[in-house]
Amino acid sequence: MTVGLFIPCYIDQFYPGAAIATLQLLEKLGVTVVYPPKQTCCGQPMANSGYEHLTTGCNELFIDNFSDFDYIVSPSGSCILHIKDHLHSEGRENQAVQVRRKVYELTEFLTDVLKIEQLDAVFPHKVGLHQSCHGQRGLKISQMTELVAAPFSKPLQLLNMVKGLELIPLNRQDECCGFGGTFCVAEEAVSVKMGVDRVSDHLEHGAEYITGADMSCLMHMEGILRRQGSNVKVLHIAEILNSSAQ
Amino acid sequence: MSAMQTKDHAELAGQFNTDENRVDWHDETLWWIRQKRDKAVNQLPEWELLRETASKIKEHVLSNLSNYLEAFEANVLANGITVHWAADAKEHNEIVHQIIKKHGVNRMVKSKSMLTEECHLNEYLAKNGIEVIDSDLGERIVQLAKEPPSHIVLPCIHKKKEEIGDLFHEHLGTPAGVSDPQILTETARQHLREVFLTRKIALTGVNFAVAETGEFVVCTNEGNADMGAHLSEVHIASMGIEKIIPNREHLGVFLRLLTRSATGQPITTYSSHYKKPRSGQEMHIVIVDNGRSVQLGRKDFRNSLKCIRCGACMNTCPVYRRSGGHSYHNAISGPIGSILAPNLDMEEYADLPFASTLCGSCSNVCPVKIDIHDQLYKWRQVIVKAGYTTKAKTAGMKVMEWTLSSPGIYHAAGKAGRIVMKYAPFAVNNTLNPWYKQRDMPKPPAESFDEWYKKNRGKK
Repeated sequence: MTVGLFIPCYIDQFYPGAAIATLQLLEKLGVTVVYPPKQTCCGQPMANSGYEHLTTGCNELFIDNFSDFDYIVSPSGSCILHIKDHLHSEGRENQAVQVRRKVYELTEFLTDVLKIEQLDAVFPHKVGLHQSCHGQRGLKISQMTELVAAPFSKPLQLLNMVKGLELIPLNRQDECCGFGGTFCVAEEAVSVKMGVDRVSDHLEHGAEYITGADMSCLMHMEGILRRQGSNVKVLHIAEILNSSAQ
Repeated sequence: MSAMQTKDHAELAGQFNTDENRVDWHDETLWWIRQKRDKAVNQLPEWELLRETASKIKEHVLSNLSNYLEAFEANVLANGITVHWAADAKEHNEIVHQIIKKHGVNRMVKSKSMLTEECHLNEYLAKNGIEVIDSDLGERIVQLAKEPPSHIVLPCIHKKKEEIGDLFHEHLGTPAGVSDPQILTETARQHLREVFLTRKIALTGVNFAVAETGEFVVCTNEGNADMGAHLSEVHIASMGIEKIIPNREHLGVFLRLLTRSATGQPITTYSSHYKKPRSGQEMHIVIVDNGRSVQLGRKDFRNSLKCIRCGACMNTCPVYRRSGGHSYHNAISGPIGSILAPNLDMEEYADLPFASTLCGSCSNVCPVKIDIHDQLYKWRQVIVKAGYTTKAKTAGMKVMEWTLSSPGIYHAAGKAGRIVMKYAPFAVNNTLNPWYKQRDMPKPPAESFDEWYKKNRGKK
C-alpha cells in the first residue's frame, strides 16, 4: 500500500512538526509514504470565501499530484473535507471522483483503514481534545452532540491508546473555536471571542496541551494562548500519537 | 456595495463585542436553551426518524405546493373564511390595511407573526395612522424599546430583566428599579388585558396550515394570540405559502419537533386550531409569497422553505450567540436568516452568508434537516459571482489563486513570508493585521516541511 501524503500549505509553512510526525507515524505503522513535492493547497481558502471558481488550478494540481496513490492521507480534517466535497475537474472528472473517494484524514485512516488497535506512544500529560468541526460534522470522525445517536470518536479512540495521557473533560464538547478560514480576519471580534471561550474551557479543566485533528483550529487557539501569556501548548494529534518515552 | 447598505454583520458584531460581559451573558443564556433542547430530544429515541419524516413531508409539500395551496384555499373558503393572496410585502400590508379601514377602526392587536416583521407591517400601518400593539410579551417589550426582534422565538432575548424593568417603568408605570419577572409579567398582563378587551381586530401568524381541512394552527406559550383572536370581531391570519402541511395527522410529527427544538418543552402550552369564524366574527387569511416562489425555483436553496421557525439554529450557533440577533440586520436573524435574506435582497444581505464558520451545528439541530451550512457556502459563491463583494477581496483572492496554482511560486512566497516574519516581524505584527490585534502569529519555523523532506528523505 502506497500513501500519498498531502500536507496543507499552512502546515508546510508554519507547523512542519505536525507533518513530520504524520509521516513518521505512518512509516512506523508499516505504510509506504510518498510526499509529492509539487503540492500546494486544496483551494479551500478561496472556495470558502465564495471564489470556488478560482480553484481550478489547485484542483488540477491536486489531481496531478495524487491520482496515482492507493490512498491520500492528510493531517487536516478541514482540507480533506474540502477535497471530498468540492474537488472537480472539467476534463478529468473520473479521476476527480477517484481522488475524492480515496482521501482520508489521518485519524480516520488509522482507525478505519489500518484498523490499528494499539500504539506504543507515551504522553504523560493532561490533554484537552478539540473536536474540529469539519472533521467532526463534515467527515464524521466523531459523533455530534446535536444528534440523538450513539457516541464515538476516532481521535479519542487513538488518544486512549497513548500511555500516560490524561484526557480532561470539557463543558462544551464540540463547540467551534471560531477560526473559520477567512472568517478569522473578516469577523475578527466574534472569531477571537469564540477562540477565547474555547481556550478557557480547556484551561478551566487543567489542560497542559490542547490537541486535535486540525492544525488550523490549533493555530487559532495558539495565537490566543500566546497572547494571554499562557504556558499551555497546542499539539497536532499526530505529534502525540508519534511521541515516545524519552 | 450600495450606499443604502447598513453596517454589515462584522461591524455590528464588533460593536456587540465591546461589552464582553454582555456577550458572555447572551452566549450562556442561549447555550442553556440549547442544553434544554438536547435534554428534551434525547428523551425520544425516534428523534432522528422524526426529523427525517418532517423533512420528507416538507419536501413533498414543496414539490406539490400549488396543488396544496389550492386545496387549502378551497377548504378555507368552505369554512367561511375570506382568502387573500399577496405577491409581496407591499400587497400584504395593503390587504391588511384595507380590512382595518373597512371596519372603521384605527388600532389592532397582533401576536406571533414573524411574517409581519418581514413585511414591516407595523411601520406601514403607523404611517397610515393605525396603532398596532404586539401582545406577545417578548414582542411587546421590543416594541416598547422601538427595536426589531433579535430572535424569531425569543424576540427580546438580548434584553436583561433590569432593562425590561426600565422600559416598563417608562411606558407602563411600574416603580423605578423593579425588575422582578413576576411583577413585570403581571404588569404586562394587566396592560394587555385592556388591549384585548378594546381592540376589534386581531392579527396572528400561522405555524401550520392544514390543506386537508382548511384549518390553521398557532403555537404559543402565553395564549395571548388566543386572547386577541377570541375577543376580536375580525381575525386576520397572515401566512407564508410554505406553511402548508397536507393532513392534520402530520401535526403529530411537527408539533413534537417544534417546541422541543425551540425551547426544550415537549409542546407549546397552546397549540390552537382555527377553522371557522364564530357566529358574528369575520376571519381572513392572507397568503403571502414575498420571494418564496423565487426561492422555490433556486435548486440549491429551495429547502430553506422547509423552515418551521423554531430558532434552534440560532441557539446553537456559536456566532449568533456571540454577535446578537440585531447584527444580522434582518427580521430573521441567525443561520436560517442568513440563507433566507439574500433571496430577498442579495446586495443588502451579501454579508450574512459570510457570518459563519460553516461549523455545521445549525444543520444538525434543524428539525426539518435543512442543509443550512451547505447553503451558506453556496450563497457565498452566488454572491461573489453576482459581484456583491469588494474589489480588494477579489484582487486578494486572485493573488492567492496565482500563488497556490504554481508550486514554484508557492514555495518561494512561503519562504519569503517566513523570512519576513523572522527578521521583520513588525511587517505582520501590527494593527493593520486583524489576526494580530488579539492573537499572536505562529512562530515561523526554521524550515518548511518541504525543505525538511528534501533534506531528510529526498535522496532515498
